[in-house]
Amino acid sequence: MEYTILILALPVLSFLLLALAGMKMSHRLAGTIGTLVLGVVAVLSYLTAYQYFSAPRTADGTYATLIPYHITWLPFTETLHIDMGILLDPISVMMLVVISTVSLMVHLYSFGYMKGERGFQRYYAYLSLFTFSMLGLVVATNIFQMYVFWELVGVSSYLLIGFYYTKPEAISASKKAFIVTRFADLGFLIGILIYGYYMGTFTFTPDQQMLMQGGMMLPWALGLMFVGGAGKSAMFPLHIWLPDAMEGPTPVSALIHAATMVVAGVYQVARMFPLYMGYAPETIHIVAYVGAFTAFYAAAVACAQSDIKRVLAFSTISQIGFMMVALGVCTSAHPHEGGLGYMASMFHLFTHAMFKALLFLGAGCIIHAVHSNEMSTMGGLRKYMPITHWTFLIACLAISGIPPFSGFFSKDEILTACFAFSPVIGWVMTVIAGMTSFYMFRLYYCIFWGKENKELHAAHTPHESPLTMTLPLMILAAITCVAGFIPFGHFVSSNGTSYDIHLDWSVAGTSIVVALIAIALATWMYLREEQPVADALQRTFPKLHRAAYKRFYMDELWLFVTKKIIFRCVSTPLAWFDRHVIDQFLNFLAWATNALGEEVQPLQNGRIQTYTLWFLGGIVVLTLMLLLV
Amino acid sequence: MDLATILHMQPEVMLSFIIIILLLGDLIIRQPNHRILQFMAFGLLVVHIAANLTISDEVLFGGMYHSTPMASVVKTILTVGTLLVILQAGPWIRREDTRHKAGEFYLLTFSTLLGMYFMVSAGSFLMFYVGLELASIPMACLVAFDKYKHHSAEAGAKFIMSAMFSSGLMLYGLSLIYGTVGTMYFADIENALTGTPLQIMAMVFFFAGLGFKLSLVPFHMWTPDTYQGAPTPISAYLSVISKGAAAFALMNILLRVFGPMVEDWSLLLSVVIVVTITVANLFAILQSDLKRFMAYSSISQAGYIMLAVLAGDEQGMASLVYYIVVYIVANLAVFGVITNVEQHTGGLVDREAYNGLYKTNPRLTLVMTLALFSLAGIPPFAGFFSKFFVFASAFHQGYYLVVFLALVNTIISLYYYLLIVKAMYITPNDSPVPTFKSGPLSTVCLTVCVAGIVVLGLCSGVYELLQHVAGL
Repeated sequence: MEYTILILALPVLSFLLLALAGMKMSHRLAGTIGTLVLGVVAVLSYLTAYQYFSAPRTADGTYATLIPYHITWLPFTETLHIDMGILLDPISVMMLVVISTVSLMVHLYSFGYMKGERGFQRYYAYLSLFTFSMLGLVVATNIFQMYVFWELVGVSSYLLIGFYYTKPEAISASKKAFIVTRFADLGFLIGILIYGYYMGTFTFTPDQQMLMQGGMMLPWALGLMFVGGAGKSAMFPLHIWLPDAMEGPTPVSALIHAATMVVAGVYQVARMFPLYMGYAPETIHIVAYVGAFTAFYAAAVACAQSDIKRVLAFSTISQIGFMMVALGVCTSAHPHEGGLGYMASMFHLFTHAMFKALLFLGAGCIIHAVHSNEMSTMGGLRKYMPITHWTFLIACLAISGIPPFSGFFSKDEILTACFAFSPVIGWVMTVIAGMTSFYMFRLYYCIFWGKENKELHAAHTPHESPLTMTLPLMILAAITCVAGFIPFGHFVSSNGTSYDIHLDWSVAGTSIVVALIAIALATWMYLREEQPVADALQRTFPKLHRAAYKRFYMDELWLFVTKKIIFRCVSTPLAWFDRHVIDQFLNFLAWATNALGEEVQPLQNGRIQTYTLWFLGGIVVLTLMLLLV
Repeated sequence: MDLATILHMQPEVMLSFIIIILLLGDLIIRQPNHRILQFMAFGLLVVHIAANLTISDEVLFGGMYHSTPMASVVKTILTVGTLLVILQAGPWIRREDTRHKAGEFYLLTFSTLLGMYFMVSAGSFLMFYVGLELASIPMACLVAFDKYKHHSAEAGAKFIMSAMFSSGLMLYGLSLIYGTVGTMYFADIENALTGTPLQIMAMVFFFAGLGFKLSLVPFHMWTPDTYQGAPTPISAYLSVISKGAAAFALMNILLRVFGPMVEDWSLLLSVVIVVTITVANLFAILQSDLKRFMAYSSISQAGYIMLAVLAGDEQGMASLVYYIVVYIVANLAVFGVITNVEQHTGGLVDREAYNGLYKTNPRLTLVMTLALFSLAGIPPFAGFFSKFFVFASAFHQGYYLVVFLALVNTIISLYYYLLIVKAMYITPNDSPVPTFKSGPLSTVCLTVCVAGIVVLGLCSGVYELLQHVAGL
């Protein structure tokens, strides 16, 4: 399967082409190049997936791990070397499919959404760069390659969030995203270094001897790596960058901040899963608790937001929390004995990528139609935008876990895994799932039903988007409808063997009932033009509503810690020291060097006699030095 | 001994024939047609490089001639460097006042190259000394090539007198060695050396002789005057090729001959390195004439090269040759730009002439910038890696203080290299050098240099190859 190198090579070539020559191209040409390349990449990814999963399983019932391309890049010792390569195993192949599909949809969609924007070519160049980086991340053959692409993903995310670089909010959002994730990545890097130092390797699969050497440091290494993963995947309290990242163009939010990059943390934990199971089973439960709290926190905040992209952002955070929980509740690598969560997490990653991309792209259509992100400008849009309405509804049902949409199946597996671990976690997650249904339908009703903003709509009648934008919606909606029936456990499971997904009706039934109750509640509160219940609640608990609206003041807390404590107590004195002591010392050195230079100039007087004298003098001095010392 | 033996020294024999062909060509072609000669010289050199790409280990004439694998690599590197210099010299040699002497230029250049061949593959001090002289005397003619120009003639005179003085001293040192051990063959000397005071003195004298070629402080005083006065392509040739050969020869002989006296010469080198780099920096910082400036820059670069000699092991050898390669491309790029600007402005070499060059000649400016970055050792250009490798090899051997002082000096060097970059990009100028188009040959040369600056650092193959050869 040597052609897999093309999956990486094509996007990077398209990036170089568009970045170097893009400004000379027309918008249409640049977009076509980017989209066509992605089309080829998607086809290649599907081909890879087909070939990979149709190949016979090995003797122990797993799919063989393939490395079709591999170079040793920087060797340090026999075992410790940084490699670059392509690794194909069930989860990386699954990710290839997810990334190329969503990316292709977004490329296509952007044709309409970004039409006429300044820097259209640059936008496509960045998209190619992002796709390349993300694909490189998932096929990494070792933890260091993963880190390299991890940072590349961060850079492309930074570039795309700040795409509207004349908008101050976009600039500060891009900086915030970059700094917060970079800060978290420091943990990742330290984790990698500990891993490399104690194990003497960067591979994902160290051998017995390496594990003997460094096994006891693994919990630390993995825990620190998870900090990086938590930053990228917006886990509490490092989630603060993701809602702001919505300042980027909406298709970018769909691609990067909903479907692909933000699940990199989940992917990372899944990638290290065998090591967690073997050597740090306690550490992985930390992942579960962080994930559960994040899921709850984000769901609570999402209920009070008024900007549709922010609601979706918090719902993304909450859903990633679900995936983390699913991984974290695993107690063994056996899918029947506590390893179910692995499969559930990956399954949810897959289905979530599709329906969340759909939600964001739908939101993009709505924003395109009303030119605002605020829910107050919407309402009653179902008449104007039928395709968007129906596809959005499908996605809402999927995320709420209503059968037969894809989210039901994956979420049900997660809940089953949680109940198997501990009933408390199970019930908590069920409640959060209920909250998910509530806020999603609140969003749905506020956009498509409810009170129409007549004044605004009279001035500018909302309209359905062009086909380039609705086609991706329909494709993704179709995937969302059928993805749940994919026998996912056959492809991906915690130990690689085939696993039959079966519904545990006691869990599934409960979650459906909870979801339906939540949807009914949302219908009752938000369907009609007047919303007395919601307003009354807001009046009764003004503080709570305000706190939720302000995301429980997490941003303020971070600002307090950084600005008031770190900047004032640490940075300011250090800056003073730097300016007055270090700089002055260096200035003195520079001055002294210059002065000395002036002094010695006359020695070079152009007379050969002098030169010879120095020559001879030098010999004498050097000889004497050697003889006497 | 039969004729076949002599054929084993294929590079030397072939180069000698090339020189004879060029000599005859110069005589036969009646109307001195520089173009034909140029293409002849160029073509023959290319053929020569292609024919000698092998890595061989030859010992001939009872040890008089010993070409190690690394020596054959170094010969190829020097020849490629010479080729670049010839390319670069194109516009200069085609000028009215020099074109009738084009044949001589190639003849003299190739003769010095032949001398360097013998220097790097000598197995005895006699052979080495003959090579050294063959590399020096034609060089003096080259320096004084523009003999009707006051500067050039003066530079030639200074160079030949300093060269005579230094070879006299070196010869004296060699005679002392012969006196104490009774042989001139490297292999025999090594076994007989004990490190008596007389031998130490001899070693210092020998070192001074090569220190002259490398322009190490305090044997460097001729360098600025000569570089400034000589035609620019000759300065380029002096600064890279001649220096590269001398550096390799020095390391080779210190290791193979003076091996038993390693403690003496490592102390000697440590002192000389620190003094060389520091003094060169102190002088360089105040230069405004670019050729003079490059002279001091090349002195300090020689100091860095010596760090690899100090390491004195295989890793040091590999990093030395790598440094030479990288230094050749970067320095030739700088000199190429200087030559171009000089030719198109009627002889301007002052830094002020470069003010605002970016506006009129952006591509040339870019070449200069990359080359200066490489010389200063800024990643990711090749110069960073070459510096890194020499520092690392000296550091491995425990010369922490020397490495530290050298590192401090790189900061100073950064300042003066960037001064030129600043002049080109930032300093405003109402009348910058007008836009001009450099000739095809020098464009080829600069392109190769820039490719080298970028590629040599990023692809690890070159260094790995050198490491492999050093281990043979």
